[in-house]
Amino acid sequence: MPLRRFLSFRDFDWWLLLLVLMLCTVSVVEVHSATLHTRFSSFGTRQIFWVAAGVVGMFAFAKIDYHRVIDWAPWAYGAGLLALVAVLSPLGHKALGGRRWIRLGPVLVQPSEYVKLVLVLMVARYFANLGGRNVTWKEIFKAFALVGLPMLLVLKQPDLGTTLTYMPILVAGLFLGGLNLRQGLILLLCGAVLAGGVWSSGRFLKPYQKARLTSFVNPQNDPRGAGYQVLQSEIAVGSGGIWGKGSEKGTQTQGYFLPIPYTDFIFAALSEEHGFIGAIFVLLLYFLILMRLIQNAQTASDLPGSLIIMGIVAVLTFQIAVNVGMVIGLMPVTGIPLPLLSYGGSSVLFTFLALGVAMNVRMRRFVN
Amino acid sequence: MVPLGGNRGEKLSTFKLAVVQYGILFMMLGLAAGLWRLQVLDVDNYRQLAQENRIRKEPILAPRGKLFDRDNRLVVDNYPSVTCFLVREQSRHVDADLPLIAKGLDLDFEQLRATLYRYRHEPGYQPIPIKQDVTADEQAFIAAHRNELPELETIDEERRLYPRDGFASHLIGYVGEVSEEDLNNPRFAYYQPGDVVGKAGVEETYDELLRGQDGSREVVVDSHGREAGFLGIEHAIPGQDLRLTIDNDLQQAAELALGDREGAIVAMDPRNGEILAMVSHPSFDPNDFAVKINRTEWNRLVTDPEHPLMNKAIQAQLAPGSTFKILMAVAGLQEGIAQNMHIVCSGGWGPYGYYHHCDEKHGAVDIHNAIPYSCDTFFYMLGDKLGIDRIAKYAKEFGYGQKTGIDLPGEQPGLMPSQQWVIRNFHHRWYPDETLDVSIGQGAVEATPLQLARIIGGIASDGHLVRPHVVFPDQLPEDFRKSLLDSFPGSGDAYVPIDPDTWQTVTDGMADVTEPGLYHTAGSAHLEGIDFAGKTGTAQQMSHAALEKTNKGRSTNPNVWFVGVTPRRNPELVVVVLWQHGEFSYYAARIAAKVVTAYVDKKRREAGNLPPQKAAAPVEVGAIWSAPPVPDAKSAEAGQGQIQGGHFFVENGQMMAAKKAPAQASYQPANRLARLPGVHPSSRPDEISAAPPERRPRLKSQPRKDP
Repeated sequence: MPLRRFLSFRDFDWWLLLLVLMLCTVSVVEVHSATLHTRFSSFGTRQIFWVAAGVVGMFAFAKIDYHRVIDWAPWAYGAGLLALVAVLSPLGHKALGGRRWIRLGPVLVQPSEYVKLVLVLMVARYFANLGGRNVTWKEIFKAFALVGLPMLLVLKQPDLGTTLTYMPILVAGLFLGGLNLRQGLILLLCGAVLAGGVWSSGRFLKPYQKARLTSFVNPQNDPRGAGYQVLQSEIAVGSGGIWGKGSEKGTQTQGYFLPIPYTDFIFAALSEEHGFIGAIFVLLLYFLILMRLIQNAQTASDLPGSLIIMGIVAVLTFQIAVNVGMVIGLMPVTGIPLPLLSYGGSSVLFTFLALGVAMNVRMRRFVN
Repeated sequence: MVPLGGNRGEKLSTFKLAVVQYGILFMMLGLAAGLWRLQVLDVDNYRQLAQENRIRKEPILAPRGKLFDRDNRLVVDNYPSVTCFLVREQSRHVDADLPLIAKGLDLDFEQLRATLYRYRHEPGYQPIPIKQDVTADEQAFIAAHRNELPELETIDEERRLYPRDGFASHLIGYVGEVSEEDLNNPRFAYYQPGDVVGKAGVEETYDELLRGQDGSREVVVDSHGREAGFLGIEHAIPGQDLRLTIDNDLQQAAELALGDREGAIVAMDPRNGEILAMVSHPSFDPNDFAVKINRTEWNRLVTDPEHPLMNKAIQAQLAPGSTFKILMAVAGLQEGIAQNMHIVCSGGWGPYGYYHHCDEKHGAVDIHNAIPYSCDTFFYMLGDKLGIDRIAKYAKEFGYGQKTGIDLPGEQPGLMPSQQWVIRNFHHRWYPDETLDVSIGQGAVEATPLQLARIIGGIASDGHLVRPHVVFPDQLPEDFRKSLLDSFPGSGDAYVPIDPDTWQTVTDGMADVTEPGLYHTAGSAHLEGIDFAGKTGTAQQMSHAALEKTNKGRSTNPNVWFVGVTPRRNPELVVVVLWQHGEFSYYAARIAAKVVTAYVDKKRREAGNLPPQKAAAPVEVGAIWSAPPVPDAKSAEAGQGQIQGGHFFVENGQMMAAKKAPAQASYQPANRLARLPGVHPSSRPDEISAAPPERRPRLKSQPRKDP
């Protein structure tokens, strides 16, 4: 392996960037279509700005040595926790039934999105320091505490969706960071028992929350209540057929039947207007992006680099699975956006910054 | 910084990465399969659903069932009203719009924000009711701001209209928006946030029947959700009307009789348990709840020391005082002890060191005058002979310490102490001295007014005890009636055999209570021509010293009771009056006497045999009136001649013949009228005497339904 002392953008993953930009193009077109006749019609244009800002941020992060980024991670973690506390304090901005934002000048920032990236780095750092050997129970519990603290703060906002996206970071870290089969099985069992306990005790989840979580199984039972969104989403997707109804022609999307078609349910809008072909095309793009990232993780020069990329893969995979699953009625409605496709500044920026760190890992694969 | 060097060069296991890759592949295939199912296999089905999705169902709210009294007179009605909803999903600037909304709809800004905050967990398409009873002006505001405030929507519905001034308010209850806690309660499983449910009284118990079933209109909407056509309607099924057992006339009489006093009245038919009147005072206006109750009014109601929201008739658990002596007498006679007791009351008794006082020095007392005298000494001795266990046995049999099972929410069971109770709760043995307090209805004994009505009514009915109810059960569906009995358990219908001698002795004693006589406790409540029997009671809650400490500035008077029945045996009516912090128990007896009089009068009026009243002196009434000018009027001032004056005798609601001229002089107003130009006093008196039709008491021939 030739040793080099400098970075070159020749090693930048242009293929990955191309795939990501293709996805962003789909996003802008679909956000534009979904908000066409509403007062949110500027969202398509705004999404372009967010993507542009994201690309700039990605290049900036790609220049920074990820080892230094990892060294900063504890500070960022502390700052992230402070921001999450600030959100809960009166400083936080309330909207749509939750305290999730902080106002920084003209823009609202959602700290929980950035904490996602910080957690990826922290978990990678933690397990890299353990050196890939088998972990002890004590170390496992420390990892749980590391991720559990921000999870509790975000759950308090309340934002169940984002809270859940922190889980795969931990799972990926544990799985790749040296958990053995026995420990894995025990944790799985504990998780199942705990989930069952929470579900049946009735103390933690209110009936309406349970209803929302279960209505995806049979939305027809409660078409006006919790099942409404799922049913409308399924109708939108299903009526799209193979070829779709055409851009800006989806009756469900344009007719306000589909709830929030520019963020959480954008995949339903896409599936309606561009059909099975369009949906599969987008899924294929996601698949290629994930595979490309995993390949980068494989070729990374050291364990922390691999773990960072795999953390990002875990978050993206989870969000795709839950969001698309929700849209087609396989998963409960949790309010998790589809990365790079849903409208939303914080979400887009997080994804690009995370990709920037991943790029740096790739660019440094021969640097030693 | 943590050294990372040691880990450099280490790699992730290829196997684990392969696992991840395959995991992602299978996930993608799963999602693709889901898409295939929806978009390829089921596409026709969903295409059709999408077509139908242009049809929107708008709810039509079902009017709640009305409530009628036993004579089918309307008690609770509905009126049409418009409610304004806010749908967050339809606007992005809801928070910014709030000040304008608050101003336009005349709402309190903070309260509006709080309302929205309560719904923060609900999805954005869920309509949030923000204002009920929207006025025409406010509707105009909403219509005018359709474009600026697309989040506002209105809906027509029927709202509750309750009798004014809290008439029977505790019995009827009220409705309100289902609360967040209620939604977690399995009983409210079928409700949506924003639904209106019964929250107290009959409204709560019979909510399932009263609420009806909402219908819907199907409308075609355009791509913006605006209505473009009308397809069909599924009418709402109105809630079932219910006939209450209360009698408006008697309820009114009872409310008037209690007046401003703090307390309660229960009037019940002890033959079947139908509640004829139920008053609890102070009361509240349920109409305040029908529209969203404002916070200050609510705070006033919940912090008032007199507990206006509490239905004292079924929830006030107080010492029954001397009314408990009826049960004591029954127990004593049944056990063969009281007949043989001939004692001398010297003003009290104290065999265990502590001297228990009697109100008077009654002298020679036996069971026949112990009840009218309410002689404590007699009952101390009787109680001592019986012992607490035998007293408790009889008390339990007749229903002390148990709910009656009335079909109203929140009934309290009262309390009947016993040896076991003391050991379990206070971990000491029962002191025989405590039995003496219990014997006169003090100590730990507690009962509700309704309980007393059932017990005393039952004793007067030869031991036939009934389950009180406020809605005629024959109008209820069978399964509802069954579940009602299960959800309101209580002592219910029961028969406790009593010796005929006991029955006669006790009821005669009660009749003597209201008979004027020396030491008779309620002689002043005597009703001429009505067989009215009863028992007074005076009960201190605690010592005067303790009262003054705790009840700052409030009355320290004891609670007074009266339990009355008419007639004395197999009564048709039992009335219980509780006056909290009243003065003397015979005041309570007079209140009960008013209720009994109203009942008996009504019965007699219906049967057409009111007792002949003493011919009251005719009342003289002066009047002026106008009449069309007489065609053959010769007077020059024919125009003014239309005004006429005179005076009449009015008797028993009937116009009698006008007084003849000689009396005129004594009637000042007529003389004054005489000075008016063109007015001739007592002109055409014959015409007047014929004019008013004879008024007869309205006969009620409504058959009574006694299930």
